[in-house]
Amino acid sequence: MINRIFAWLTDGAHWQGYDGIAARLIEHLGYSLIAVLVAALIAIPLGLYIGHTGHGRFLVVNLAGAARAIPSLGLLLLAVLWLGPRFNGDIAFLLPAGLVLVVLAIPPILSGAYAGVEGVDPDARDAAKGMGMGGSQVLRHVELPCALPLIMSGIRAGTMQVIATATIAAVVGLGGLGRFLIDGLAVRDTPQTASGAILVALLALSVDMVLAMVQALIVSRGLTGRYKRVKTFDPDAGVTPPAPALQHVA
Amino acid sequence: MIRFDSVSKHYPDGTKAVDELTFEAPTGQITVLVGPSGCGKTTSLRMINRMIEPSGGRIWIDDQDTSTMDETELRRGIGYVIQHAGLFPHRTIVANIATVPRLLGWNRARAEARALELLERVGLPAGFARRYPAQLSGGEQQRVGVARALAADPPVMLMDEPFSAVDPVVREQLQDEFLRLQGDLGKTIVFVTHDIDEAIKLGDRVAVLRAGGHLAQLADPAYLLAHPVDDFVADFLGKDRGYRALSFQGSPAFSLTQEQTVPLGATPAQAAGAARDGWVLVVDASRRPLGWIESGRVKSPIKPEMLHRGGTVATVGGPLRNVLDAALSSPSRRGVMVDDEGAFVGTIRAHEVLAEIEERARPELEDQEARA
Ligand SMILES: Nc1ncnc2c1ncn2[C@@H]1O[C@H](COP(=O)(O)OP(=O)(O)O)[C@@H](O)[C@H]1O
Ligand SMILES: [Mg+2]
Repeated sequence: MINRIFAWLTDGAHWQGYDGIAARLIEHLGYSLIAVLVAALIAIPLGLYIGHTGHGRFLVVNLAGAARAIPSLGLLLLAVLWLGPRFNGDIAFLLPAGLVLVVLAIPPILSGAYAGVEGVDPDARDAAKGMGMGGSQVLRHVELPCALPLIMSGIRAGTMQVIATATIAAVVGLGGLGRFLIDGLAVRDTPQTASGAILVALLALSVDMVLAMVQALIVSRGLTGRYKRVKTFDPDAGVTPPAPALQHVA
Repeated sequence: MIRFDSVSKHYPDGTKAVDELTFEAPTGQITVLVGPSGCGKTTSLRMINRMIEPSGGRIWIDDQDTSTMDETELRRGIGYVIQHAGLFPHRTIVANIATVPRLLGWNRARAEARALELLERVGLPAGFARRYPAQLSGGEQQRVGVARALAADPPVMLMDEPFSAVDPVVREQLQDEFLRLQGDLGKTIVFVTHDIDEAIKLGDRVAVLRAGGHLAQLADPAYLLAHPVDDFVADFLGKDRGYRALSFQGSPAFSLTQEQTVPLGATPAQAAGAARDGWVLVVDASRRPLGWIESGRVKSPIKPEMLHRGGTVATVGGPLRNVLDAALSSPSRRGVMVDDEGAFVGTIRAHEVLAEIEERARPELEDQEARA
C-alpha cells in the first residue's frame, strides 16, 4: 500500500498539467493564503481595538465559542446554495467558498489579537500612559508588540483550519488538493486519495513551519525568553573583600 | 512646588477616595504620603499627573493649574515610578530607559547615551544595557524604572510604593541609593508608601493620611515622631518612637575609649594580651573593624569565620540612634565607632550615650507651630 502511494506521489506525470499536483498545491496554498490574509486584515485591527478599549468583549467570546460549533462542510454547502445562484461563472463557487474560509479563520485570529492585548501587563500599560503616551502610541509601542506572540498563534491556528477546510472546498469545485481526495474516492483509487491527504498534511506542516520562523523573527526575545547567552562581566566578582562581621549603620 | 487645593475624588459608586485634601509639596524636597491601605494615597498621587481626574479642587505645579495644561505635556514633565516598575518586556533595558527621550524626538544615539548614563547613575552595570526586563531581579527592575522616569530630566517625580515589592535588604539598598541620587538631583518628589519607617527615612516632609484621603498630619519626620497629633497618627507611627527619633539627632564629639586591636591571623597569645574584659576587636589592614572575638576561645590564629556576628558600627558625628545601637548591639558592650573612611577610632558604652541624651534639650519640643 505504502509502496503504491509512494509510486503515485513520485510519478512525474501526476505532478504536471493544470490538474497536476504542482498546480493543485499552488491553488490550495493560494486560496488559503488569500483567505487568511483577508481574515487577518479584519480580525487583527478588530481584536486590537477590542483589547485596547474593552468595547465589544462579548463579541470575541461568543464568536470563538460559535466558531468551534460550526460544521465547516455544512456552512460551505449553505453558502454555495445561498450565494451561488446570485452570481455567474467561477465566481459563483469562488465567492462562497472563499467567504467560508475567511469566516473560519477570523475567530482564532480575533481571539489571539484580543487576548494578546488584554494580557499586556497592566503596569506596563500604566507606565506608558504615565509617561505621556496617547492611546495610539500605547497600542503601537507597547500593546501590539507585546501581543505579537498570541497574534501569531491565532494566525497559525487560523491557517491550519483554512488549509484543512480548503480541502473540502473541492466538493464545490474550488480545486486544490481536495480534488485528489474526491476524485480518488469517486474511482476507488486509494493511492490517489491517500496521497491527497498526505499532501494536505505536508502543506499544513510546511506552512506552519514558515509561520513559526516568521514568529521567531518578529517577536521580541524579551517576550519569548530566548536570550542570547551573554556572559556579562561582573566587575565586583572576586574583588570583594571578606565582609566584616560587623554591620555598619550609615 | 506642587499644591493641592481642596482636592477631592469621588467615584460614581459613592466612594470618597480623597476628600478636600490641601497640602504643599515644596520644590526640591521629598514629600511622603503615608497611610493605611485604601486611604487614598495612590488616588492623590495619580491626580497630579491626571492619570485620575479630580472631581473637585485644583492641583497646581509652580503656579500652573494642572487642569489647564495639555495632558501629554504635563506627563512628559513628570517622572512616574510604580510598584512593579512596569517595564516594557519587549524592549531592552537601554530602550526602556530611552523611551521618553525618544518620544520627545531625540535621535537614537543621544537617547541611548543618556540611557547608559542613567543606568550607571542608578547603580547598574553597563552590561545590563542589552538585557531584557525578564532577565533582571525585582530590585534591578525597580532601578531601571527609576532610571526610565529620570531619562528626560523631569523636575517632578511621582513614586507609588516603588520599593514595596522587593525584599527588605534590597529595599534598604534602594532607599539609600535613592536618597543619594536625590541629594545630587534635588527633584520635587511626591512619594507614596504604606510603610511608616520608609516614610520617616525618606521624607523631608511626611503627610499622614487617614481613610478617605483626609490629611491627619503633615510635618517633618522628627517632629512627627515627637508630636503625633492624635491617637490615629500615634498608632500608625508605631512603637519605639523615642528610639527612632534619635535618628534625627546628630551626636556630639564623644570622648571615646581607646582599644588595643589585633589583625586577622593573630595568635591566641596576642589576642589574650590585647583583650579587655575578655573581648578584643579585630581590624583589617586599613584599621576597618571586622568583628569582636572572645580571647578565651581563641585556640588558633584568628580567621574571619571565628568572629562574632551581630554588632553594628556607627560613624563619629552620625545620628545618636546609630551610636546607641552600636553600644547596645556589641557583644563586648563597647560600641564600635569609625571615622568617615570607616577606620576604627574608639569605643563608647551605652550609659555614655544615654547621659548625653538625658542632658540634651529637646529641640523638637520647641516652636511647634512654626514647624507644623
Ligand atoms: N475606580 C474606582 N472606583 C471606586 N472606588 C475606587 C476606585 N479606585 C479606587 N477606589 C477606592 O478608593 C480608595 C482609595 O484607593 P487608593 O488611592 O488606591 O488607596 P491607597 O493607594 O492608599 O491604598 C479605596 O477605598 C479604593 O477602594
Ligand atoms: Mg496604592
